[in-house]
Amino acid sequence: MVSFELNGKDVSVDVPEETPLLWVLRDELQMTGTKFGCGIAQCGACTVMLNGMTRRSCVTPVSMVDGSSVTTIEGIDGPEAEAVQAAWEGLDVPQCGWCQSGQVMSATALLMEIPKPSDEDIDNAMAGNICRCATYVRIRKAIHDAADKLEG
Amino acid sequence: MTQVLSRRNFLASSAGLVISMTLPLAARAQSGAAAAFQSGATDEASFAPNAFVRVAPDDTVTVIIKHIEFGQGPFTGLATLVAEEMDADWSQMRAENAPANDELYKNLAFGMQGTGGSTAMANSYMQMRKAGAAARAMLVAAAAEDWGVPESEITISKGQISHGSGKSSGFGALAEKAAGLTPPEDPPVKSADQFVLIGTDLPKLDTRAKSTGTAIFTMDVYREGMVTVVVAHPPKFGATVASYDDSAALEVPGVQAVRQIPQGVAVYATSTHAALRGREALSVEWDDSAAETRSSAAIFEAFSKAASEGGKDAEMLGDGAAGIDGAAQVIEAEFRFPYLAHAPMEPLDGVIEVREEGAEVWMGSQFPALDKPTIVQTLGLSPESAQLNVMLAGGSFGRRAQDTAHFAGELAEVAKAAGGPGSFKLVWTREDDLHGGYYRPLTVHKMRAGLDGDGKLTGWEDVVVNQSIMAGGPMAQMMQDGMDPTSYEGSTKMPYDLGNVRVGWAQQESPVSVLWWRSVGHTHTGYATEVFLDMVLEAQGKDPVQGRLDLIREDAARDRGVLEKVAEMAGWDGTKVKGDKAYGVAVHESFETYVAQIAEVSDAGGYPRVHRVWCAVDCGVAVNPNVIRAQMEGGIGYGLGSVLFDEITLADGGAVLQSNFDNYRMLRIHEMPEVTVEIIASDADPTGVGEPGVPPIGPAVSNAWRALTGKSVTELPFLKTMEA
Amino acid sequence: MRKTILTAALLCAAPAFFALPTLAETVNGLRTVDEFDGIEDQTERSVALFSEMMAVIEHPRCLNCHPVGDTPRQGMDMHPHVPPVVRGDADFGAPGMRCNTCHGEENFAFSTGEGSIPGHSPWQLAPIEMGWVGKSASEICAQLKDPARNGGKDMDALHEHNATDGLVGWGWEPGKGREPAPGTQEIFGQLTKAWIETGSACPEG
Repeated sequence: MVSFELNGKDVSVDVPEETPLLWVLRDELQMTGTKFGCGIAQCGACTVMLNGMTRRSCVTPVSMVDGSSVTTIEGIDGPEAEAVQAAWEGLDVPQCGWCQSGQVMSATALLMEIPKPSDEDIDNAMAGNICRCATYVRIRKAIHDAADKLEG
Repeated sequence: MTQVLSRRNFLASSAGLVISMTLPLAARAQSGAAAAFQSGATDEASFAPNAFVRVAPDDTVTVIIKHIEFGQGPFTGLATLVAEEMDADWSQMRAENAPANDELYKNLAFGMQGTGGSTAMANSYMQMRKAGAAARAMLVAAAAEDWGVPESEITISKGQISHGSGKSSGFGALAEKAAGLTPPEDPPVKSADQFVLIGTDLPKLDTRAKSTGTAIFTMDVYREGMVTVVVAHPPKFGATVASYDDSAALEVPGVQAVRQIPQGVAVYATSTHAALRGREALSVEWDDSAAETRSSAAIFEAFSKAASEGGKDAEMLGDGAAGIDGAAQVIEAEFRFPYLAHAPMEPLDGVIEVREEGAEVWMGSQFPALDKPTIVQTLGLSPESAQLNVMLAGGSFGRRAQDTAHFAGELAEVAKAAGGPGSFKLVWTREDDLHGGYYRPLTVHKMRAGLDGDGKLTGWEDVVVNQSIMAGGPMAQMMQDGMDPTSYEGSTKMPYDLGNVRVGWAQQESPVSVLWWRSVGHTHTGYATEVFLDMVLEAQGKDPVQGRLDLIREDAARDRGVLEKVAEMAGWDGTKVKGDKAYGVAVHESFETYVAQIAEVSDAGGYPRVHRVWCAVDCGVAVNPNVIRAQMEGGIGYGLGSVLFDEITLADGGAVLQSNFDNYRMLRIHEMPEVTVEIIASDADPTGVGEPGVPPIGPAVSNAWRALTGKSVTELPFLKTMEA
Repeated sequence: MRKTILTAALLCAAPAFFALPTLAETVNGLRTVDEFDGIEDQTERSVALFSEMMAVIEHPRCLNCHPVGDTPRQGMDMHPHVPPVVRGDADFGAPGMRCNTCHGEENFAFSTGEGSIPGHSPWQLAPIEMGWVGKSASEICAQLKDPARNGGKDMDALHEHNATDGLVGWGWEPGKGREPAPGTQEIFGQLTKAWIETGSACPEG
């Protein structure tokens, strides 16, 4: 039995301890906002926050999050997340949408640490998130827009 | 060791649960896309004038979209057409995928329900406007009757129906009355100068759900008692199962059963992780006797040899290639294009629920007209007893447009092999996806051009060699005289007056399955023709832009238009190299949409770095300029990544070398250029934008790279040439 | 501990070993300290011991995370890390993309295909002053002895680090689909100790 805090609520799951968090979130808890894209930490579609930092859930054995706090796209809030999601809407960033939960998670984490990121900061934070539709022009712009909004 | 399984040994435990249908999970998943986009709306529409429009009492207007949404924008685009003719307010609009139903929802360009060839907007343009206009006419008639005023005195603006007397109403309040009226046969539609919504940057209807993780895709469907299935597929194309040993797989906790199906060996489990671990523990012997065992290198050699033999005539203009051999100067190049996987971010997946009385399926079906009959036939059902829910799909790029319905077939075989009622989710991993075939065909173009003593073209020959996508499938009936135009489209019917032209095609065979890949034949013809033309212009001492303009036929005004526009946007002055940056141009029409691009490229340690791209597009009426720009940006990124990095390579023996995104690289954010898009103003009927942004980027970058380094890249991807 | 005979034929493929005895006993491709007993001259023996240590130091399992720039390497071909990552202020990645965004406390086998993602706590790049990629044995040797470029270690601490540090030890337990560094951490520690005791001499060049 592994217990952790998910989006502010305590959850316990009885699964083999090496089960990737991704499949625990999806198959056991039906939190489907976190997506499967590669299974090997190459694409970032499965990004969640673990104790406030980005984490690829596809390579995270669920045993690793025992006693920790996990936040998924369904649970993120706060000024950075709100600014990012508003900017995503403002620019109509998503196309197919499959990768966008992960993009939003990484962008939010970036802004939590660097309120006014440069293009290089954006490259560094976001290069692990693949968008096959190549919405990158808008992702970059949306992060800048969110930063501007946060600056107020 | 193979094992004969009884249906009892794994379904018995869950069958009781599966059959009970009224479950919270079921309700959530069943509505699929609808759940994501119908906030505030109810399913109990009181007014549905036709198969495309539903007006609910709360004023929401739901447009039933007959084309699958995977990012190219039909939810927004087709809803815009309806909203325009209804004079609705954009905030009241919703979109929902149409279920499989050929009669109601066929693509007017195909004669069956399906999405592809960038036809969604083109074939729906008048149909959806008429649907909206009919709804409007009925609401007006209802208002006139209710208020006792002439219809001609009623106006609608932003979803408000009003009359000079001060009477006004939303759509919802009049919906019930309107529902009792007879829909008009042929309602008039607006003229372009009356458009209020068409041509504006309306926000996309699916953005919020996709930014908050609430959009429901196929993989997000969870049914009570659902079993997850992964299939061990043959590692070589054309191989089959010789035997298998599932004893270790069945030991994995959660694995319920292992069954052989025509596509391989299926592992059934209580969770995705258990299914994957079970598959890992499976031991399968494959029969390679009918398999492709050639390497990509060997296939290229065979195709190259076929190219030398000239192929069959696909196009002959003037004297064809006759004038090349004796020319003062002969320019030659052999272009080689590898197999490419589409790699949509959501790997192929589907859910099927088999009940005593029928089946229900959820999948990102791009050809419902083919997928549904395949499922029905495999399971021996009547069409009426099966329902196919078309889901939002995490990308396709052609991968879900399966003329062979192979994935629907595998899904149905999985359900059939289970032997009884139950819910099954079939998931392909990224490795399954990249190993799984249905690639952009490996292609060779052998190109030759002759110049006389004055540098004038004496002939142009382009011999294309590849497998046919259409041959062997239901699309084969569209082939004429054994010719598959999707193999060489774009090499023929060029916008240039080149005088004497021969395009040849030599069809090749291989067990490697091939499929349309975002822009189909244009993925390689655009590159081969526009790079080779640039080489010819260089040999003639001509400017890449002016040289093209000089060649563009009188009747190719739209090609000319986008080329002139992009040259203006980029400030083209004939200087190909400025400082450490070089500029390359390409223009290519596909699916009746015209696109020209100029790429700004520098040399980053032996590799091209693309800084900026200017793009001009003519797609007729720009229904939603925002969506068009997005598709050009995305098409450029998709095409660029493939040209720079990607190839699916068959090793000696025929196994695929690439397996995941670590060795089949996707373009990432730091490699994405700035993109500036301009849309040519036009009142021509709209054409598609999903694919046409792709073909020009490769040749534009390649032409810049040649200007910068003197090197012609004729073998893709760039990475291969750079590392050679 | 299994010893194998490294044949003369194999040695011939590696010109650097020509000066050494043509037959040597190795453990997973690394010679143990006793193999060097025959070298009379202490300094020569010290240099030879260090050259043996280089078989470990230069192995991609070690070198990949000792880059001289901002990008770690991956694989036996030492290609730049994919996905692209940067060193960051604390040798631990950039905001939004830290080392532990992907790497966990232990190696983790992929469930969808071959291989694994390496893990250890901590998992991070060697500081830039400890970068080795592209440097000669002589340069690396000098670097190792210099507290300003070895993380402030004296020779005892250096031995301790090589012999017992967990992240160093990962090189021999690199997870599914990855070739381990030659030998064992124990032998590497013994070689380090013997090298120090023989005067920690450096190869020329």
